[in-house]
Amino acid sequence: MTTTDARTPTRTDGGPTATGLDPRTTIGSLTLTNPVLTASGCAAAGRELGRLYDVAALGAVVTKSILREARSGRPTPRMAETPSGMLNSIGLQGPGIEAFLAHDLSWLREQGATTVVSIAGNDAAEFAELAGRLAGEPGVGALEVNISCPNVADRGLVFACDPASSAQVVAGVVEAVAGRVPVLAKLSPDVTDIVAIARSVLDQGADGLAMINTTLGMVIDTDALRPVLAGVTGGLSGPAIRPIAVRCVWQVHAAMRAGLLPPRPIVGIGGILTGLDALQFVLAGASAVQVGTTTFHDPSAPWRVGRELAGELAARGFTRVADAVGHAHAVLEQEGAW
Amino acid sequence: MTPGSAAPPAETLGPVDRRPDPVQLRCPVLAAEPAAAYRRIVLDAGEAARRALPGQFVALAVGEPPTAMLLRRAVSIHRARAVDDRFGGAGTIEIVVAPHGPGTQWLTRCRPGDTLDVVGPLGRPFPVPASGEARPAVVVGGGYGSAPLLWLAAELTGDVDVVLGAATADRLFGVDEAEALVGSSRTWVTTDDGSAGEHGRVSLVLERLLSRQLESAPAVDVYACGPMAMLRAVQELAAPAGARTWLAVEESMACGIGICMTCVLPVRGEDGVTRMTRSCLEGPTFDGERIRWDAIAFGPGGAHSAVPEDCLGAPQASGTGH
Repeated sequence: MTTTDARTPTRTDGGPTATGLDPRTTIGSLTLTNPVLTASGCAAAGRELGRLYDVAALGAVVTKSILREARSGRPTPRMAETPSGMLNSIGLQGPGIEAFLAHDLSWLREQGATTVVSIAGNDAAEFAELAGRLAGEPGVGALEVNISCPNVADRGLVFACDPASSAQVVAGVVEAVAGRVPVLAKLSPDVTDIVAIARSVLDQGADGLAMINTTLGMVIDTDALRPVLAGVTGGLSGPAIRPIAVRCVWQVHAAMRAGLLPPRPIVGIGGILTGLDALQFVLAGASAVQVGTTTFHDPSAPWRVGRELAGELAARGFTRVADAVGHAHAVLEQEGAW
Repeated sequence: MTPGSAAPPAETLGPVDRRPDPVQLRCPVLAAEPAAAYRRIVLDAGEAARRALPGQFVALAVGEPPTAMLLRRAVSIHRARAVDDRFGGAGTIEIVVAPHGPGTQWLTRCRPGDTLDVVGPLGRPFPVPASGEARPAVVVGGGYGSAPLLWLAAELTGDVDVVLGAATADRLFGVDEAEALVGSSRTWVTTDDGSAGEHGRVSLVLERLLSRQLESAPAVDVYACGPMAMLRAVQELAAPAGARTWLAVEESMACGIGICMTCVLPVRGEDGVTRMTRSCLEGPTFDGERIRWDAIAFGPGGAHSAVPEDCLGAPQASGTGH
């Protein structure tokens, strides 16, 4: 029996490690001691992982999306395993903001964890109200705006699939936050032109992008002859969607390099299992990454990937995370010049 | 009290909680052998073995890394030994695996010397009466659902009857162990096809035992583990007989540690409010009276739960839900 490293992560104060790499990264005004965060919906509000290790050692804890009211979520079954991935249809189950502030945010603060609070809403006004309340709470490092939920005012169409709806939500959030914490907009890959969606939210003052959310999928039970999930369709996540996610980060970062989008930090998300997976996102243009579904497979993953990514960056001669961000674009540009 | 504390917490099943913190370990397989239609696996589980209590489970990664099967398999602990003399004094956890699908089939192919990635012990153990309080108990196991119950039975101090049922004789687990523990006169076996023990379901025997117990005080406690339909039958018999029930549910889980929100059941908290409750964290053992059986349906793919209308945060009729 051997103990995994999961049990003994140590806090870092930031600054260069023994490998010569400075693992710090920034998202707007927020400095992270390392570039690997949990992903929304894959770490609850940190407390459960806190039974296994010190969550303050993570780049940040990104909470499950918080809504104004408590929400029961959907009936079961809510989940199906798929090749190198899973489908989920949870329905944003959560306790509502009052209970979050009283029981969860206070706990995260006590741990000294860097916290990114994910917010969701039925309409733009709910997003703005939540953002205004949270931005003033001690212990909130940044907000992530989960626009991959249905817009009740627009026939349940997902905000993130429409540039105007996305812009409306982000504009309200940015105004309510008034610069107190960075605002990240989390994008859905289920769009024709992700650069257009990115532009719509950056033009409204989003400080950065988190990408990608799950992509819509479905599994049918061939014995019961019906869909497996009670919600019929669900969000596909895990390594199965990693190439889609790397492509999305690549396209948006390329548009930033070309001057077609304002340059803002990207947080890469999608099927990261190892430090090398995370490195792909950094090279494509991400300043930080989130580990989501892999946390179900390996609870230590958000911490482990941070350590592995630092090692991989150092092994390639990088001394700062920022120097590696989008480096694969630079390599292509150089090759093109030859 | 802070102003926000009026908001109900997500967890409400009571302050009495013996849950130890889990650990994540890489555990060598010490033994793996067939046991009826199942496979019994002994793991060198160190600290996890020292912390585990009856009713808890472990969450196992499956497949050779890097595996395409990302979700952990939750398997109840058959027995944990802080010091196992059979294996040089190692701390061991013993599990019983039923090969249902590719993940559990992979587990049943493990051999001594292989290593499993284990998170545990997880979940709420069975509550047991305070020491000195010897209450009569009936434990009811369906199929390999009996695995966690024999360890529990060994820890109960009152008279214990063990009821083991399965579809067929080869799907019974733990009959010899039960007879060694409580004697053959208190071990009851049923099979659906009559291939072993009495022909019928466990409810047949449970009903008899409960009516016998009705005439004597103190009231009997019923502990059960098995398919959801069996647990409901146990609850329906035990409740009118005044017996308290502790039921270990089998919900499919992605993580086992409380972060994925997939293994939920509608359960009434101690504040009387029903929530979609994580069976990995607040279960797998539940007070049978608190489970909202009215919202649980049984289909070809197993049991599934609707969201009761009075559940905290249930979708409103106006359509502001999801």
